Amino acid sequence: MFKNFTFKPRILITAIVLLVVGVAGLYYFTHSKLMIGSFDVTSLGILVAGLVMYSAIPVAMTMIGNETYLSIVLMLPSIAAVAIFVYGFIAWSVRVSFSNWKGLIPNYTFVGFKQYIILFSNDPRFMIDLRNTAVFTVGFILGCLIIGLGLAILLDQKIKGENLFRGIFLLPMSISFIASGVVWSWLMSSATGSRITGINLIFKSLGLNGLISLWHTTPQPWGMAFTIIPAVWQLAGYTMAMYLGGMRSISDDLREAARVDGASEFEIYRYVILPLLQPITLSAVIILGHMSLKIFDLIVALGRGDIRLDVPGIYMWTTTFSGNNYAQGAAIGILMLVGVAVLVIPYLVQNMRTETQV
Amino acid sequence: MMPRRIASRTLIYLILILASAFFLLPIYLMLLTGVKPFAEVDLKTMWNLPSSLHIENFIAAWAQLAPNLKNSLILVIPESILSSLLGSLNGYLLSKWRFKNSNLIFTLILFGMFIPYQSILIPLVKFMDFIQLYGGLPGLVFVHIIYGIPITTLIFRNYYAGISTEMLEAGRIDGASLTGLYRFLILPLSAPSFAVVIIWQFTQAWNDFLFAVILTNQAYWPVTVALNNLAGSQLVQWNVLMAATLLAALPTLLVYLLLGRFFVRGLMAGSLKG
Repeated sequence: MFKNFTFKPRILITAIVLLVVGVAGLYYFTHSKLMIGSFDVTSLGILVAGLVMYSAIPVAMTMIGNETYLSIVLMLPSIAAVAIFVYGFIAWSVRVSFSNWKGLIPNYTFVGFKQYIILFSNDPRFMIDLRNTAVFTVGFILGCLIIGLGLAILLDQKIKGENLFRGIFLLPMSISFIASGVVWSWLMSSATGSRITGINLIFKSLGLNGLISLWHTTPQPWGMAFTIIPAVWQLAGYTMAMYLGGMRSISDDLREAARVDGASEFEIYRYVILPLLQPITLSAVIILGHMSLKIFDLIVALGRGDIRLDVPGIYMWTTTFSGNNYAQGAAIGILMLVGVAVLVIPYLVQNMRTETQV
Repeated sequence: MMPRRIASRTLIYLILILASAFFLLPIYLMLLTGVKPFAEVDLKTMWNLPSSLHIENFIAAWAQLAPNLKNSLILVIPESILSSLLGSLNGYLLSKWRFKNSNLIFTLILFGMFIPYQSILIPLVKFMDFIQLYGGLPGLVFVHIIYGIPITTLIFRNYYAGISTEMLEAGRIDGASLTGLYRFLILPLSAPSFAVVIIWQFTQAWNDFLFAVILTNQAYWPVTVALNNLAGSQLVQWNVLMAATLLAALPTLLVYLLLGRFFVRGLMAGSLKG
């Protein structure tokens, strides 16, 4: 480790200065407050002082010349942050979910799987959530895949104005779920008679009375199915972009070869291109699937507390922060995590394996 | 053959135009309602064009949302800058200085971008309260930076992986160190990926609702939380609400329209295959 040690006075002095400044900062911020405007940010001051102090280590290490160790030392703050805020907090949540904590005062009495058993055996609201998540997930993924693939195939036909169309289809991705939920709740207004409005009004003036709908206020389970429309509106363009990227990476020679063999345009897509797009479909299913298991803001803005449109993300929020039932809230959060983990971990592991081979 | 081809081309354009109408409909509604005079705002004539252009809805919406737009701005500027610096460092270290198990560590970090934040919300609130960063904007900036580490690291790592290792080797033979290579070789080449990450983090933080609604007090609500509150209020007319929604969406929409190329690249990075 010390093979390449070279003494550099300037570096040593820099390291010592950083150390002293860091320690002084730590001392200062633990004894007096740091304010930005009206915000007390003393703890951020402590964090920065700590990082300054810590930075003396990589600075001093440049004298040693072992760059592998140096890179680890430089990575360590980020690794520590993720270790605490992701994995540490998940462990803490698991602990809460095994407790009886209800009310503002933490209570970590261990009760095993009690909260989970209540959710699955004796909680009608959670059953609604599970059904809604299932309806939403299936419809959302299928909707995005079908529309996304369809649009990608159309845009793949050497279209004039391809960039314009692509720009329009991707535009909703830049808008927040809250904003789109607010607008769509007006578009999907279920008011009838003289108050008829939104898309229903368009249908009525076109004489398409049969299409007039109660939208997301339709009796369950179909009401939930309508919440898929704004979600697909936001993410179909993304799915299209994934597919289009995939199609563009397939070489023209392959299509040409199929054409020479007498395949029609339809057959080229059916037998050559679609099979090659399977990895993209898998990626899309995982990305869209994990989003739909987490769906929260869109339903908040669209459902406005309608219990028939409830999803686990909202249930966790209200039961924890309005109902103060922390133990149950933690259990719902952990169940959401399990759902996402089942979907994402195999994908991440496979991704890691292929990376390692390179 | 030719007539059939013309027919199929027409059909393709027809479908694409119909699809465009579907994708633009909500934005058209926001604009249309926003520029109507108060007198012509009626649910029954939602789709009618205004007789003249007015901005009174936007003035009323601005009066409601101005403090929250400011909060969002205070949130996203330091957040996106600091996040990208951190991501750049991590991406460089993980792509060019592969230490033992660095792929495992990278994968463990990446998992952090998929988790539902409901699974860490209770500890997060308690922790933020404990370090006295609960309720205000600095705490929200801090949280966004921490949970932004996975995606920013991913985007930079994929970008740096494309920079030839031979160039770095040449630099090392010339005596450049790990930090020297970063400063003189990598950083000057990083502008495009900084644009991608800053725009991505800007959009994410601007559009975030969950962290904001849980971690800030009413005075420091970013625009998403305020908009959601406005939408639930019976006191606000829907034309003002549509104008407010457009105001809330405008910054990210503008970024998309002006810098869409970088935005889309960030978007695609989310599917791992940079």
